[in-house]
Amino acid sequence: MIQYILRRFFASIPVLFGILLVTFALTRLIPGDPCRAILGEKATDEVCDRFIKEKGLDKPILTQFGIYLTEMSRGEFGQSFRFGMPVTRLLAERLPTTVELSFSALILSMIVGIPLGIISAVKHNSWVDVITMVWANIGVSMPVFWLGLMLAYVFSLLLKDTPFWLPPSGRISPGISSPSVAEVWGLTLPETGFVTGFFDFISRMNILNALLTANWKLFKDAVQHMILPAVALGTIPMALIARMARSSMLDVLGQDYIRTARAKGLAYRNVVLKHAFRNSLLPLVTVIGLSLGSLLGGAVLTETIFGLSGVGRTLYEAITARDYGIVQAFTIVIAVFFVVLNLIVDISYAYLDPRIRLN
Amino acid sequence: MNQENKVAALDAEAMSIKSVSLWRITWRRLFRRRSAVVGMIILGILVVIALTAQWIAPYDPLQVLIGIEPVKQRQAPCIHLFGCPEDQPQHIAGIDGNVRDEFSRLLYGTRVSLWIGLSTVTFAIVIGTILGALSGYFGGWVDNVIMRIMDVLLAFPSLLLAIAIVTVLGPGLTNALLAIGIVSIPSYARVVRASVLSVREMDYVSATRALGGSNFDILFRRILPNAMTPLIVQGTLGIATAILDAAALSFLGLGAQPPMPEWGSMLGSERNQVFTAPHLVFLPGFAIMLTVLSFNLLGDGLRDALDPRLAHNT
Repeated sequence: MIQYILRRFFASIPVLFGILLVTFALTRLIPGDPCRAILGEKATDEVCDRFIKEKGLDKPILTQFGIYLTEMSRGEFGQSFRFGMPVTRLLAERLPTTVELSFSALILSMIVGIPLGIISAVKHNSWVDVITMVWANIGVSMPVFWLGLMLAYVFSLLLKDTPFWLPPSGRISPGISSPSVAEVWGLTLPETGFVTGFFDFISRMNILNALLTANWKLFKDAVQHMILPAVALGTIPMALIARMARSSMLDVLGQDYIRTARAKGLAYRNVVLKHAFRNSLLPLVTVIGLSLGSLLGGAVLTETIFGLSGVGRTLYEAITARDYGIVQAFTIVIAVFFVVLNLIVDISYAYLDPRIRLN
Repeated sequence: MNQENKVAALDAEAMSIKSVSLWRITWRRLFRRRSAVVGMIILGILVVIALTAQWIAPYDPLQVLIGIEPVKQRQAPCIHLFGCPEDQPQHIAGIDGNVRDEFSRLLYGTRVSLWIGLSTVTFAIVIGTILGALSGYFGGWVDNVIMRIMDVLLAFPSLLLAIAIVTVLGPGLTNALLAIGIVSIPSYARVVRASVLSVREMDYVSATRALGGSNFDILFRRILPNAMTPLIVQGTLGIATAILDAAALSFLGLGAQPPMPEWGSMLGSERNQVFTAPHLVFLPGFAIMLTVLSFNLLGDGLRDALDPRLAHNT
C-alpha cells in the first residue's frame, strides 16, 4: 500500500511541474506590460524600471522561469496591487469560504444522491426510479448560475413572508457576531505561525466555527445563508452521484454472490446495505472525486451569484481586473489542491480494491 | 426471372443488409429507449428552430423597439391568448433590458448554442483523436509526453482553465470556443488512446503490417474505426458540456459579447434584474437547460445502443 501511495505521489510530480509551467506561461503570455499588470496602471516609469530590474523581468525567459520556480517553492506569491496586501494573506482569508461552500455542496449531494441511487436500483423501473432518473438528467443539464438565480428568486422573493425564506446573498446577517474559536476557548496564540493560521482558518468557516463554539444563533444564520449556494452548487454532483450509485448498484445486485446471500436467508435489507453497497462504492468514489473539479469551477459562478467572497470569485475578479499576483497564486493553489484530491481518490480506490495496488 | 438473376438479387440484398446493419441496429435500439427518443425530439425541434429562425422570429433580434412600438424596458411577456389586451403588441417572452423582443432573441440563440456545441466538439475531437492515436500507437516517449500534457490540462478545473485561456486570448465568442475546445481535448485523447491500445496488438493489425501496410494505413484504416463508437458517445455528451461551459463564460462576460443573442450573455446581462424581471433570467436559462438536456439524453441513449454487451437485446 505504501509503495502504491509513493508511486502515485511521484507520478504526480511531472503534473505539478506542468501546472507551474502553465501558470508561468499564462502570466507571461498575457498581453500588455508585465510591470503595470502586476503593479497596476498607475505605476510610473521609474517605479516600473526598478520593478523590472528587481523581478528580473529583463533577463532571458529561462532565467525568469528559474527565479519563478524558486519563489514558488518558497511560497512567495507576491502582492496584490488591488488589495495592497500579500496574496497569501488574501488566500487565507478567502479559501475558508470556498472550502465551506464546496464541502456543504458535496455533503449535501452525497446524503441525497447516494440513498436516491440505491433506492432507484433496488426498486428498479418503479416510479421512484423513473422520477429520480428524470430529475437526475435535468439536474446535470442545468446551468449552475441559472439554478442559483432561480433559487434566489423563489426563496428570497416569492417566499418572502413565510418561514421558508432564505437570504439571497452574503454569509451571515449583519448583527450576528462570530467570535473566533480561539477567543471563545480562551486560547492565547502567538501573532503568527501554523497553529494561529489553523485556528484562523477554521474560525472563518462559519458553520464549523458555530459548532465548535456552541454558538447556535450563528449556526442557524450561517446554515440559512449556506443552503441556497450549496443546493445550487451541489445539484450537478448530486445528480451524477445518484446516477452512478444506481448503475453500479444495479450491476452489483445482478451478481451471483448477492443471490447466494439471499439464498442463505439473509434479510434483503442487510444484503443491499452490507453486501451490495460496499461493492458498488468503487465507481462512486471516482464520480465524487471528479465532481470536486466541477465544484471548484462551479464555485466561481455560485460565489458570484450569492455574493460570497471566496477563492473562485476573487480569482475571476482578479482575471478581469488583471491582478496577476492573485491569478498566479490562486490558479496554482486550486490546481495543486485538485491534484492532491485526485491523489486521495486514487489512494482510496486502491484501498477499496486491492487488485489495483497489486497490479 | 432466371436462376442467375435471383442469386445476384439475393447477393445484393445480403450485401446491402450487411453494410447498414450496425447503424440500423443502433438506430433501432435508440428508438426503443424512451429517454433517447425524448432527447431526439427536443433536439429535432431545436434544429428546426435554428434553421428557420429568420422566418419564425417575429422581430429582428437586434432591433431596438424604442419609438417603433409602445413598449417599456424589461416589460413582462404579453400574450394575447392569455388575456393581454389586443391593442398592445404581442411579445411572448417580454422585452429585454435594451428594449428588444426577447422571444426573437431566444430563437436566434438556438443557432448560436448549437454552433457552439458542434464547433468546439469537432475541434476537440480532431485534435484529441490525432494526439490519442499517436500516443496509443507509438507508445514510449511520444505517449509519455502527450499524456503528461493531457494530465496537466486535466489538473485544472475545466471552467477555470477556460477562463484563464480566454484572458490570455482576450474575451469574445471565438476565443471562448477555442478555450473550451482546448480544455476538452484530453477526454477525447484518452478515449482514442484506450481504443488504440485495445486493438494495437490484434492479429488483423499484424496481418496488415505483414502485407506491407504503412503506419498511416494501419492507424487510420484498421485501428481508428474502432474508436468511432466511444467517440460518438463522448462527443454527444461533450456537446452538452461545451454548451454549458460556453454559457457560463458568456454569463461572466468572457464569451459572446452583446448584442449577440447568446443565451448565457442574455442571462448574464440581466442577472441583477432577477427580482424585477424574472422572465429575462428564467427563459434563456431554461433554453440552455433544454438544449443541454437533449444532448445528454441522446448521448446516454447512444451509449446504451452502441454497447456491444447489450447486443443480444435486439
